[in-house]
Amino acid sequence: MEIKKGIAVSPGIAIAKPLVIDSEDYRIPRRSILPSAKVAEVKKVRDAFKSAAAELEEVGSDDKLAQGNIKDIFAVHQRFLKDKNLRKKITDLVYNDLLTAEYAVSTTLRDIANHFAAVPDKYISERATDIYDIEKRLLRHLLGKKREDAASISHEVVVVAHELSPTQTAGFDKKFIKGFATDAGGRTSHTAIVARSLGIPAVVGLEDVTRNIDPTATVIIDGNRGVVVIDPDEATLKQYQQFAVQFDRLEKELDALRDLDAITRDGVAVQLLGNIEFPNEAEMIIDKGGHGIGLYRTEFLYLYSQTEPTEEDHYNAYTEVLHVFGDMPVVIRTMDLGADKFTQSKRFAKETNPQLGLRSIRFCLQNLAMFKTQLRAILRASVHGDVRVMFPLISSLHELRQAKMILRDVMEDLDEDGLKYNPNMPVGIMIETPSAALTASILATESDFFSIGTNDLIQYTLAVDRGNERVSTLYSGADPAIIGLLRSVIHDANKARISASVCGEMASEPEYVMLLLGLGYRTFSIAPPMIPEIKKIIRSVTIESCNDLARKVLMMNSEREVINYLRNAAIKVLPEVF
Amino acid sequence: MRPAMLLVDIASKFSSDIKISNEQTTADAKSIMQVTMLAAAAGTKLAIMAKGSDCEQAVEALKELIEVRMFDEEGRQEAVAAG
Repeated sequence: MEIKKGIAVSPGIAIAKPLVIDSEDYRIPRRSILPSAKVAEVKKVRDAFKSAAAELEEVGSDDKLAQGNIKDIFAVHQRFLKDKNLRKKITDLVYNDLLTAEYAVSTTLRDIANHFAAVPDKYISERATDIYDIEKRLLRHLLGKKREDAASISHEVVVVAHELSPTQTAGFDKKFIKGFATDAGGRTSHTAIVARSLGIPAVVGLEDVTRNIDPTATVIIDGNRGVVVIDPDEATLKQYQQFAVQFDRLEKELDALRDLDAITRDGVAVQLLGNIEFPNEAEMIIDKGGHGIGLYRTEFLYLYSQTEPTEEDHYNAYTEVLHVFGDMPVVIRTMDLGADKFTQSKRFAKETNPQLGLRSIRFCLQNLAMFKTQLRAILRASVHGDVRVMFPLISSLHELRQAKMILRDVMEDLDEDGLKYNPNMPVGIMIETPSAALTASILATESDFFSIGTNDLIQYTLAVDRGNERVSTLYSGADPAIIGLLRSVIHDANKARISASVCGEMASEPEYVMLLLGLGYRTFSIAPPMIPEIKKIIRSVTIESCNDLARKVLMMNSEREVINYLRNAAIKVLPEVF
Repeated sequence: MRPAMLLVDIASKFSSDIKISNEQTTADAKSIMQVTMLAAAAGTKLAIMAKGSDCEQAVEALKELIEVRMFDEEGRQEAVAAG
């Protein structure tokens, strides 16, 4: 039994066998196999060599390809694949050191490649790429099938990976995925967001969970406490099975709140909306008792296809959701790509500091054709419901004006084409940069609504990379700097008589709910599975007590003091959530 | 890589155990991995040792490849030019 501590990012308890996923570029982790599996593992190596050689044979016999230099290169690769000496080196690693076939292949060939790369003679050192090529070919034969398996699993598993990319999570059959555990990541990493939207437990930031994990062992993921137990003993397993039952019971209790209003004990109504990433999550908001979408992320349209989405792709994705919501509000955020969400694409040149680089609205304003395609689809969809458009990462009035000018251009185009749209569609902005928060009174004069993206606002204000495990503990919504900004934004919004909601993670963390209410926020947009829990807190408090709490917190001068105070207050209100 | 391939191909025709070495390392002449890792640039001195029933023919054939045919490098260039 091995217990690992990470960051709990999505609640719940999952007990299942692991599905270990290696990303293509990531170094194959060193993993052991059971002695009983070694004969089968050695066979995997032999089979991979055989099928890779057969594949090469086929390519080599193609007349078009098989000429001159290329033919020679393939012929050399073929000799490597038929080299008994090389194969033995790898199978010995598997057989004697009990390592996985893929690790043995990868480490052996990389050693050889490194040997070549170190030779001063350029002709020889460049041969290292040939060795990497052979490594890739063998790994494709070893893992190719396994990768497909991740998309077509037929039994319940917990996914264990270094880090999950949007492309990988999109490929999962979500029915069978019971939880996530990853080496990297933080509270707001992609893995965390997907886990919460699926309502499955996840623990991230485990550092080395993919190393030495036995694929046949049972794994427990405790998304409440941030613990992962590998190969639990009988007593631990029993204990966790009980926890899981208790957790289910609490979930059912919360589900009973579905049809009740989100209203405080002293009668103040709060609007609870959902954040979604994919159209098919829309139903879950209704299921959980939400009254609209406060943040429809549209990045999936760009991330999950090889080509840029067409106007129809956008339009279909929006109308699909609008049909579910009738006349409830649906806030569509325009493309917010860059930084952590768009690392795999080669379409964009590498930036040394992507978080402060060409991303989000800035990218859109420099890629007008792409931006207009999306705006056109949003406008066309606006006749099918209460559609509102929201621009992300606005950092100055100038940017907001530019974006609105383009929106007007698109409206004119639609007029010319005789297509219908709602000319009064509300136009709002995300408040997620310190500059936007500090100039909220100015921005409010030209916005119909604000939505506070606390994740980015915290990261930019505190200058902390939320995904960097070494500094992520400095990332906190309880910092007096953040609370000060939250207070001034709602103040400015109220003064300008526009609405301001909170759509960042803060609104779905129980300890912050009373504070946000006390500061004056009345609309929260959160991950759908969190709606019942947040509703329960709202129904358990009075605005008077929240105001009181906010007043006290505004007097405090350290993050530690604030967070302890908020946690104690929340535990008193809702002990079972903690 | 191509010279190594020619060498391995010729060595593999013989049943003898054939070793090839530069000053530091010794390689199995039938393993392309080991031969290429000798990383012999032009001008390197190589020693060939063979043990087995056809060891003399083996050394002779490899010697011919290296010393007489020069790994077919010249002939190869002509072939490329013609092709």
